[in-house]
Amino acid sequence: MFYREAGQFKTNYKADQAIFPILQDRIGLGIILLIAAIVLPLFGNDFFLNSIMIPFLIFSLAAIGLNILTGYCGQLSLGTGAFMGVGAYSCYKLVTIFPDVNILIHVLLSGFFAAAVGCVFGLPSLRIKGLYLAITTLAAQFFLEWAFIRTAWLYNYNDSGAIEVPTKTFFGLAVTGASASPTTRYFVVLAIVVVLTWVASNVIRGRIGRSWMMIRDMDIAAELMGIKPFNAKLSAFAMSSYYCGVAGALMVFMWLGAAEVESFNINVSFQILFMVIIGGMGSLIGCFMGAALIFILPITIRAAPELFGLNIGAATAEHITQLIIGSLIILFLIVEPHGLARLWQIAKEKLRNWPFPYG
Amino acid sequence: MRLKSLVLGVAATAIAVTGTLVTAHAEELYVPSLSYRTGPFAGGGIPFANGFADYLNMLNERDGGIGGVKIKVEECETGYNAQKGVECYEATKGKGALVYNPLSTGITLQLIPKAPVDQIPVLSMGYGLSAAGVGKSFPYTFTYPTGYWSQMSSILKYIDANGGLKGKKIGFIYLDAGYGREPIPLLDKLAPKLGFEWVGFPVAGKDMQNQGSQWLNVRKERPDWMIMWGWGAMNATAVKEAAKIRFPLDRFIGNWWAGAHADLDPVGAAGKGYLAANFSGVGADYPALQDVKKLVVDAGKSQTAPDKVGDVLYNRGLFNAVIVAEAIKAAQEKTGKKMITGADMRDGLELFDLSEVRLKELGLGGFTGPVKGSCADHEGGGSVFIQQWDGSDWKRTTDLIAPMTDVVRPLLEEAAAKYTSDKPGWKGQECG
Repeated sequence: MFYREAGQFKTNYKADQAIFPILQDRIGLGIILLIAAIVLPLFGNDFFLNSIMIPFLIFSLAAIGLNILTGYCGQLSLGTGAFMGVGAYSCYKLVTIFPDVNILIHVLLSGFFAAAVGCVFGLPSLRIKGLYLAITTLAAQFFLEWAFIRTAWLYNYNDSGAIEVPTKTFFGLAVTGASASPTTRYFVVLAIVVVLTWVASNVIRGRIGRSWMMIRDMDIAAELMGIKPFNAKLSAFAMSSYYCGVAGALMVFMWLGAAEVESFNINVSFQILFMVIIGGMGSLIGCFMGAALIFILPITIRAAPELFGLNIGAATAEHITQLIIGSLIILFLIVEPHGLARLWQIAKEKLRNWPFPYG
Repeated sequence: MRLKSLVLGVAATAIAVTGTLVTAHAEELYVPSLSYRTGPFAGGGIPFANGFADYLNMLNERDGGIGGVKIKVEECETGYNAQKGVECYEATKGKGALVYNPLSTGITLQLIPKAPVDQIPVLSMGYGLSAAGVGKSFPYTFTYPTGYWSQMSSILKYIDANGGLKGKKIGFIYLDAGYGREPIPLLDKLAPKLGFEWVGFPVAGKDMQNQGSQWLNVRKERPDWMIMWGWGAMNATAVKEAAKIRFPLDRFIGNWWAGAHADLDPVGAAGKGYLAANFSGVGADYPALQDVKKLVVDAGKSQTAPDKVGDVLYNRGLFNAVIVAEAIKAAQEKTGKKMITGADMRDGLELFDLSEVRLKELGLGGFTGPVKGSCADHEGGGSVFIQQWDGSDWKRTTDLIAPMTDVVRPLLEEAAAKYTSDKPGWKGQECG
C-alpha cells in the first residue's frame, strides 16, 4: 500500500533512468543518510562510533571493492587483504614523504597504488578463470604479505615493523592519530564511503559496468559482441583494488592508528569475501548488509550477556558468538543462496502488495 | 500462557540483575584484562589470564581489596588479534579502567598513542616496544620489570659466562613479527662491540609448526649458541627440531615467552637441557601463591586447575597483577583517595618500588629481583634468571643476571627519540 510506484509518472529519460526511480526509495535513502550523518554522531558514544560504525563503513567499502571484481565481473579474488595493505602502506609512505599535503588527498591517492598492483596481479585473469584465478590471487596475498614484512623501507625502518599514524589536521581539526575525536573520523569515513559508493553505482550502471557483467555472464559471447576482455577484466581489477586500497588506508589511518602486517592477512581477505557472498554478489546494498552481519553482529552478541546481567566468561562469550555466527551464515545461505540483498528485494516485492495481497 | 509468563519472568530477572550490577560498579577499582583464551595462542593466554585474575581476587578475599576497596577484574577476549584488542580497549576504557595489560606486542603498539590521550597507562610487562621504557618520551607506558633489549643483553651475559662470547657465532631464531624482530637492532649494535657474529632465522607466523627449512639452515650455519624469540606453537616445534638435528639443547636459550610449561610439556623428555630466561619465580612454594591456592583456586572461584598454580606463565600473570596492585596502593597513598583514576595510576606506577623487603612482605621472597621505577625509568631495572627443562619440569639454574644497562639504556633513548621524531604533536614529560 505504502511502497508502490503507482502514480509516479516519468516525463523524461533522465527521471526514468535515475538511480532510485521510486520516490519511496529516495525518501528511505534520505532518512538513512540523515540518521548516519546527524543522529548517530549526536547520540552514539565513542565506543559505538569507534569500534562499530567506523570499521563497519570501512569493511563495507572493501566489500564494495571485492564485489566489483567478484560480483560484477565474475573474477574470484582472495587477495583483498593484501590490496588493502598496499593502500595502507602507500598512504603511510605518502604521508612520510609529503607531510604537508592534506591527509584526505593521500588517502584517495593511495588507492591508485593498490590499483596498479591489482592490475599486475589481474593479468593472469586473462588466461585463467574461477578457482584457478583464486589461487593466483592467493599468491598475490602471500607475496604482498611477505613484501610488507621484508621491505623495511615501507615502514620507515621502524624497529617494531609496524606503521604508526601521525596526527594530521584538516582545517585545524585533528582527523588522524589518537587525539582525533571519533566523531571527526566518523564523518571523514562516512563522506568518503558515501561518495565512493555513489561513484561505484554509476560506473556499474554505465558502459564499463555493463561490460563487466557481460564478461561475468558469458565471456565468449561478450567477446563476440565487441567487449575486449583485457580492458574489461583489468578495469575491474583496477577499480576493485582502488576501493580496497582506500579502505585499507582508511582502516589504518581512521580506525586502528597503527598496524602490522597481520592486519592485512588472509583472514581479512576471507572475511570480506564472506561479506560479499552473504550480502549478495552483484549488489551494492548487499555489501553493507554483509558487513553488518559479519562485523557488527559478533560485537552485539558478545555484548548481549552483559547487557542482560548474565556473567559468563569472556572466552565462553566468544565461543558462543562463533557458534551463532556460523549457524546464521549457514541458515542465511540455505534460506537464500543469493544473499541478504536478494532477501531484501523479495521483501520489497512483498511490500508492494502489503497489506492486501490479492488487491 | 506459560511461555508468556516465562519470558516476562526472565526479562524481569534480567532487569533486576542489571540494576544490581550497575550499582555495584561504583565502589570498585576496575582493572580490565585483555585476555585470550581462544585462538592459536590460547596455550599461553589462558595461564597468564588465570594468574592475573587469581591474584587480584585473592587480595579481594584476603585483604578486602586494596586500601579497603575491592578490585573488579573484567576479561575481554582478544584472541591475540590487534583489532579485537582495540575494540576491547574502546569497550572498557569508559568504565574507569586503571591500566591495560594487553599481553600482545601488536595490541600494545596500537594502545601506546592512545594512552596519553585517554590518560590510562599501558603496562606491557616484558613485551611491546622496548623504547617505551624511556619515561621522558613515554609518560604513559611502562615495561616493568625489564624490556626485550635488556633481556637479550642478560642472555648474552649468560653466554659470556659459560664459555665466552668473543669469536662465537650466535643463531637467532625468531617469530617474524614485530615481537620477534624487536631485539635485532640490539644484536646489530652489540655484535661488533662484544666481538660475536650473529645470524637470523625468521619463522613466519603461519609456518610456526613447520620449521624444517630454518633448522636445515641452522645445520648449515653451525652456530655455537641459539637464541629464540618465540611464542605459541612455535616454541615446542623449535625445541623438537633442535633435538632432531642434535643441536646441543643446553646451548639453546629461549626468551621469557619461550620457556613455559605449555611449550615444553608436549616435547617432554626430548627437550631435556633446553634453557630459557624468566623473571617470575618457578613453582608454587611461595606464601602468596599458597594464599591464592587456598582462597581462590580451592574455593572454586577461579578457572584454574589446582595443579596449574605455579606454572611459568601462571606466575607471570600473577606477577603482572602484583605490579598492578602495588601501583594502585602507591597511587592511593600519594593521592589520599581510595578511588583512583588512570592518571593517578600512572603516578603510582612511577612510584613503583618492589624491594627485596617488600617482596618478602608480599609473600614472594626470591620470586623476582628488585624492581624500581622512576619518572625517567619506566623499565624498572629488573633482572632475569635462566631456567632449565629437566625433561618434566623447569628448574632455576642461575642467580639473577642484571642487564647491561650501560649499553642498552643509550640505545633505548635513541630509539625513543626516533619514535617521537616523526610525531610532531607527541608529548613527553620533564623529569626532575
